[in-house]
Amino acid sequence: MEKLKLITRGIVKDNPTFVLLLGMCPTLATTTSAVNGMAMGLATMCVLILSNVFISAVSKIIPDKVRIPSYIVIIATFVTVVQLVMQAYVPSLYKTLGLFIPLIVVNCIVLGRAEAFASKNSVIDSALDGIGIGLGFTIALTILGCVRELLGSGSFFGIKLIEGDGMLAFVLAPGAFIALGYLIVIFKKLTAKKA
Amino acid sequence: MEYVIIIISAVFVNNIILAQFLGICPFLGVSNKVSTALGMSGAVTFVITLSTIITYLLQIYVLVPLGIGFMQTVSFILVIAALVQMVEIIIKKISPSLYQALGIFLPLISTNCAVLGIALLVANNEFNFGDTSHMLNLGQAVVYAVASCIGYAIAMILFAGIREQLAINSVPKSFKGVPIALVSAGILALAFMGFAGLV
Repeated sequence: MEKLKLITRGIVKDNPTFVLLLGMCPTLATTTSAVNGMAMGLATMCVLILSNVFISAVSKIIPDKVRIPSYIVIIATFVTVVQLVMQAYVPSLYKTLGLFIPLIVVNCIVLGRAEAFASKNSVIDSALDGIGIGLGFTIALTILGCVRELLGSGSFFGIKLIEGDGMLAFVLAPGAFIALGYLIVIFKKLTAKKA
Repeated sequence: MEYVIIIISAVFVNNIILAQFLGICPFLGVSNKVSTALGMSGAVTFVITLSTIITYLLQIYVLVPLGIGFMQTVSFILVIAALVQMVEIIIKKISPSLYQALGIFLPLISTNCAVLGIALLVANNEFNFGDTSHMLNLGQAVVYAVASCIGYAIAMILFAGIREQLAINSVPKSFKGVPIALVSAGILALAFMGFAGLV
């Protein structure tokens, strides 16, 4: 039960996008469609789980003073692994996400979890925390991607639902800010009622 | 002429915050007052210009000749982190007053994705304008970096001005704080969309 809580906490109470407001750059930039948003979320989740597990395993060996630089190097290594794997197996997706795959290194969610959770907890707990936070991030990005895709081009996961071109602004930059603003308000309202 | 195109493109058309979504965290975090927005923009300009030069040279003279392009992300982030530390120490020694003024913004810059973002854009030829078949020369890269920072500063300062006004107006309760800031940023981005097609 305790373990399950670690996962659900990342999705609702500590949702990285809607509640903690971390990692805004990839959230806004890559959610032009539901598929892109989901892919970005999954890539971040992979890095998050791998780095959480590794850091919690070696955190006792790393001297306290060089803690942050070591974490950054570990995270950058896993990001490179994910980057090379994506480049080899899903080149088209890698091309659309482009710059934002290497930029996972500076995503505050990953370093934040390493510092706040993985360095103090057991390997299994850290892995579960990575899964929870990663899922929360993926779900948030997929929802935002769905909304922007539906409003911007009238389709859902690439399937055309509404005839016509839709509002182009929602696929472009302004729609990202506006859609995210409204989604945060809706998320706040929904979670406030439950509590 | 080439330089003019680079500058207009980087400042307005492909504004680093409002069109490319780089450096959103400080954009939302420290844009409550115009003065802090100015401080942050100054510090960012300084670090981005230096880091672009160093990572550019690193890419051309170390990573490419040795064929270790896959080390790009790891080496760039190390260079940036070391650079921020070094800049911090130097400014502290040379000009304590400037150090005081920049304050917390300096260490925060190493996690600003605009720094790594611009370094990677230049090294990989991924910017959205002109001919990307060959790499920019060092001069063009520096102009591109500085122009991007000017765009960054313009967006930051405009947005800080808007937020100062927002703070004294009545906003619906659920929209207080970040949501209303995001919606206003969206409207600002709409305005910047007007520059599209200029280059």
